[in-house]
Amino acid sequence: MSKPKVAFYWCASCGGCEETVVDLAEDILGVVEKVDIVLWPVAMDFKYKDIEAMPDKSITATFLNGAIRMTEQEEMARLLRRKSVYLIAYGSCAHLGGIPGLANQFPREQILKFNYEDAPTIPKGEQTRPLTAFTEEGRTTTLPALHNVVRTLDQVVDVDYYVPGCPPTPKITRAAVDALLSGKLPPKGSVIAPDHALCDECSRKDTKPDKWDFVEFKRPHQKLMDEKCFLAQGVVCMGPATRAGCDAVCTEGGMPCTGCFGPTSRVRDQGAKILSSLCSNLAAKEEDEIEATLAGIPDPVGTFYRYGLAKSILRRKINLPAKS
Amino acid sequence: MDKPSKSNIRIGFYVCHCGSNIAAMVDCPAVAKYVETLPNVVLSRDYKYMCSDPGQELIQKDIAEFKLNRVVVASCSPLLHEHTFRGAVEAGGLNPFFFQMVNIREHDSWVHTDKAEATAKAKELARAAVLRVAQHKALEVKKVPIHPDALVVGGGIAGIHAAMTLANAGKKVFLVEREPSIGGHMAKFDKTFPTLDCAACILTPKMSAVGTHPNITLLSYSEVTKLDGYVGNYTVTVKRKPRYIIEDKCTGCQDCIVNCVYKEPKFRDEFNEGLGKRKPVYIPFPQATPQVVAIDPKTCLNFRNGELTNKCKKSCVTACGEKQAIDFNQQETFLDLKVGTIIITTGFQTFDAKRMPQYGYGKYPNVYTALEIERLVNTSGPTGGHVVMRDGKTEPKSIGIIHCVGSRDKKTNRWCSRVCCMYSMKLAHLLKEHTGAEVYSFYIDMRTPGKGYEEFYDKLLEEGVHFIRGRVGEVTDWAMSKEEMEEGKLIIRVEDTLAGYVRRIPFDMVVLATGMEAQSDAQDVRRLFNMSCGSEGFFLERHPKLAPVSTFTEGIFIAGACQGPRDIPDTVAQAGAAAAEALALIDKGHIEQEPNTAYIIEEECCGCKSCLPLCPYTAITFDTGKKKAVINEALCKGCGTCVAACPSGSIVQNLFDDDEIFSEIQGVLAHE
Amino acid sequence: MSEQWQPRIVAFFCNWCTYTAADLAGVSRLKYAANTRVIRLMCSGRVDPQFILDALAKGADAVLIGGCHPFDCHYAEGNYKCLRRFQLLKRMLKDMGIEEQRVRLEWISAAEGEKVKRVINEMTETIRALGPLGIPQKFAAWDQEMEAFAAHVEAGEALKTPCSAHAPQQEPAHV
Repeated sequence: MSKPKVAFYWCASCGGCEETVVDLAEDILGVVEKVDIVLWPVAMDFKYKDIEAMPDKSITATFLNGAIRMTEQEEMARLLRRKSVYLIAYGSCAHLGGIPGLANQFPREQILKFNYEDAPTIPKGEQTRPLTAFTEEGRTTTLPALHNVVRTLDQVVDVDYYVPGCPPTPKITRAAVDALLSGKLPPKGSVIAPDHALCDECSRKDTKPDKWDFVEFKRPHQKLMDEKCFLAQGVVCMGPATRAGCDAVCTEGGMPCTGCFGPTSRVRDQGAKILSSLCSNLAAKEEDEIEATLAGIPDPVGTFYRYGLAKSILRRKINLPAKS
Repeated sequence: MDKPSKSNIRIGFYVCHCGSNIAAMVDCPAVAKYVETLPNVVLSRDYKYMCSDPGQELIQKDIAEFKLNRVVVASCSPLLHEHTFRGAVEAGGLNPFFFQMVNIREHDSWVHTDKAEATAKAKELARAAVLRVAQHKALEVKKVPIHPDALVVGGGIAGIHAAMTLANAGKKVFLVEREPSIGGHMAKFDKTFPTLDCAACILTPKMSAVGTHPNITLLSYSEVTKLDGYVGNYTVTVKRKPRYIIEDKCTGCQDCIVNCVYKEPKFRDEFNEGLGKRKPVYIPFPQATPQVVAIDPKTCLNFRNGELTNKCKKSCVTACGEKQAIDFNQQETFLDLKVGTIIITTGFQTFDAKRMPQYGYGKYPNVYTALEIERLVNTSGPTGGHVVMRDGKTEPKSIGIIHCVGSRDKKTNRWCSRVCCMYSMKLAHLLKEHTGAEVYSFYIDMRTPGKGYEEFYDKLLEEGVHFIRGRVGEVTDWAMSKEEMEEGKLIIRVEDTLAGYVRRIPFDMVVLATGMEAQSDAQDVRRLFNMSCGSEGFFLERHPKLAPVSTFTEGIFIAGACQGPRDIPDTVAQAGAAAAEALALIDKGHIEQEPNTAYIIEEECCGCKSCLPLCPYTAITFDTGKKKAVINEALCKGCGTCVAACPSGSIVQNLFDDDEIFSEIQGVLAHE
Repeated sequence: MSEQWQPRIVAFFCNWCTYTAADLAGVSRLKYAANTRVIRLMCSGRVDPQFILDALAKGADAVLIGGCHPFDCHYAEGNYKCLRRFQLLKRMLKDMGIEEQRVRLEWISAAEGEKVKRVINEMTETIRALGPLGIPQKFAAWDQEMEAFAAHVEAGEALKTPCSAHAPQQEPAHV
């Protein structure tokens, strides 16, 4: 009996998701024994044309991490979708757009201009822009182009399951792999993580007050934080609006949750929900007092949609162009 | 028809013409035709009057015949007929909450002028309801028991009548009055129009009946300071202000008043509108109920500083003797009452005549307000019914009565106070009777709708009261000429609109028929009892025609002039109506609560406590064992604030759940 | 869209005040612009910021919220909760490129039918002057950059043409 074929691929991501696969440690060997890895650019050498040559749906499962930011990524997403029975959005970027999704606040041209021309690390006179095609001696070399919009995987192709996290923890990765191998799969479209919010597994939960009455908000670097619930200390923590499953590694490690697991299934917009929850619990009643308290959240988009901007209801800064 | 229909939902849609109220501005057949194309709609009709019996029967028949399991009616405001149609749906055998109403009358046909736009809007609103109703769930109406005791706030004639009606029906009633005695404005009146029976003769027996009724607890000199709970189960906190008399011990003998160190009354007597004087220890008026004196700490020497204190001989305490009813150390106390229903009868205040300086009230001594005249003509009034001017001896030979002071005037109050024409004529009659003076009445329009009212006007005409149609320009003491006998008189300058010229008429006495307005603290009372005020400041009834004594808060009713200007017969009728509404609730024994409460899905809640402090009714508590929040649905009033704030979407509000609202949003926006 | 563009305003009205005021406007036969679509909620405190975002994303040009005046909330303080959310949401929407006039919070008591009329007329004119927000159209326009690819890959031609050929637009060479 042939082993199920599995592919790993990365798009717009930092590589952290790949690390998690490696972090499975000895368990990876168990996985390798049970499956045939047909594509894993980080670890092994496979050619695009090999995949292209495979029959459709011949890969059992593809774990794709990273947002879809460039033409090449879109192409690979579409190709792997066609070749796979299950396409799994792996990690925050594929699931929600992730950190790359924050680029949806800026026009592509501005990003390119800064990174290739205006950044202080670029010597004067040496500014250059990447080409998408270059012809020399009759041979054309090409490079992928940047899309105007950063997308989640499911905004490009149909996605079967989501494994959340930046990066997903080895534990939930293992849970996903086990589910696949055992055939005990949840309904299509499920996020493979608990469907309640993080506070439930946070060790600081018992220090929560019964009344909030926020009078100020501080960012982690502005405050000496103790062992209590971060919100009780006036530090924005995305925990209440973020799916559990990570074992609260950040809050255990002394930092508030930033929301990488995304919202629960009942929430359409993670940022709107944490905003609603925090603001409802302000102490102030007068407009200017409210404003003063909220001044402690200088960048609501970056704070509430750190991973989820591409997947948010508005997706992208609305007045940005569709074409550069 | 090829329509996407993923489920077995079968919607019946009805658009009501409401005669021509809707049909004149909304193309109803076009709306019905459009809705027919929407998902899950199996039947779409337009009908002349959906709320009529045949309309409701149509719904019931269709439910059976077409196996409908959802119903949408596009007609008037749900605040008017949602209940009616839910009833029809229920009678048809469905859960009444498989129903959604579309407001295309108040929010559409009545407010728009372009038929195409109004029709387009009706279609979009209908589409929203069709999408929404598909999400509806079967809900159960919760029955909450009603506490049989009732509270009446305000002891004027309205409160007295309401309290008596309830008490006579065997209900326990708490009557709270902020003044030392009940009686209100009516107790100050001399006679009542148009029958001219004496106000005291008809009121005081009722007052004493209140005082002695076994079912009525009279809390005079008290104010409601806090309201908690909900219909059927209110907790009311009443502040009992110190009157420095132990009510139970005072027999009303008034020996203390006689023996006060002030031998003569010296201080402004509020009951007599300042025309008379009272002592620091006083009883507001002879028939006051309860028959208990009060000590005014502002004027009683015992409460003054320094030497003044020493001048007090506490002679009242001595006079009281063994009864020991006087307690100078009495403090404010607070009382918690449990009641199921509340009737608000806080009455009105009269317009402050000083706000119209052109009429000279407060400047010219012989300009009076009508209420002052009521006291002046009253046999138990400060002058014993002898009508004299401020000098205390001269009888007026000529009297001018100015109507509509602080009524029907854009600069002050726009509304007609309804009673002034009639009471002005009553005063004209009484003044003429008492003094034989020439009486002139200056009116804008004579308004006499009421039983025997127009006849009273005829009678006055026969009695020789002069009626001059015209709004008075000013009252002045400036005499233009000696020949006109203006010297030393008050001259009313008015355009006689029937004669067609401006006149100057000299008078000894001028009476201002001040209008009625909402009490100055009506806004506080409104907030206390969770009511609304109309733009003119009076409490707002739930519906001007169909629910005139109900408010938007269940179990709280209004009656009398706190709801708008009205006379005694109307006030008493309303008080009776409010008492009947309260009785209907009490005797039913329970209230059916709109099932729009919220609940927390236990396995979804992470225990973040975000919702906990948001509930003003403390319906949300934290289960420390499970470490999750729990909503007590009996306490939840269904605002949905916690639902909107729950960061993990784990709270659901019945009737307004997220999916229902999102589908409404989609419905109003889906492009055709 | 055919005819002349008309602003679409989604309104969330509190049952106890603004919704009743809108009923009063009707009973009083006041006339106002037909551009709002009212969704009734029990309290402005029920207005989930998601509703506002969703309405805008589904094609509303503006969102109006009507609640009870300060101190007057039927449920004690729901209106304050609404106000606080609204203030931060408004700032966030600005960061997301949405003009602040497109979301408006008004306190309108049950007696203020006139104010319903005034606010709706004002807002309709403000939005008319601002022009359409058109988020659904923007979503469609953004996603056009993927259309070429989708077709190519589905046809199995992806391999035959270099990916850069599908780029939405060539980047300028050296600048």
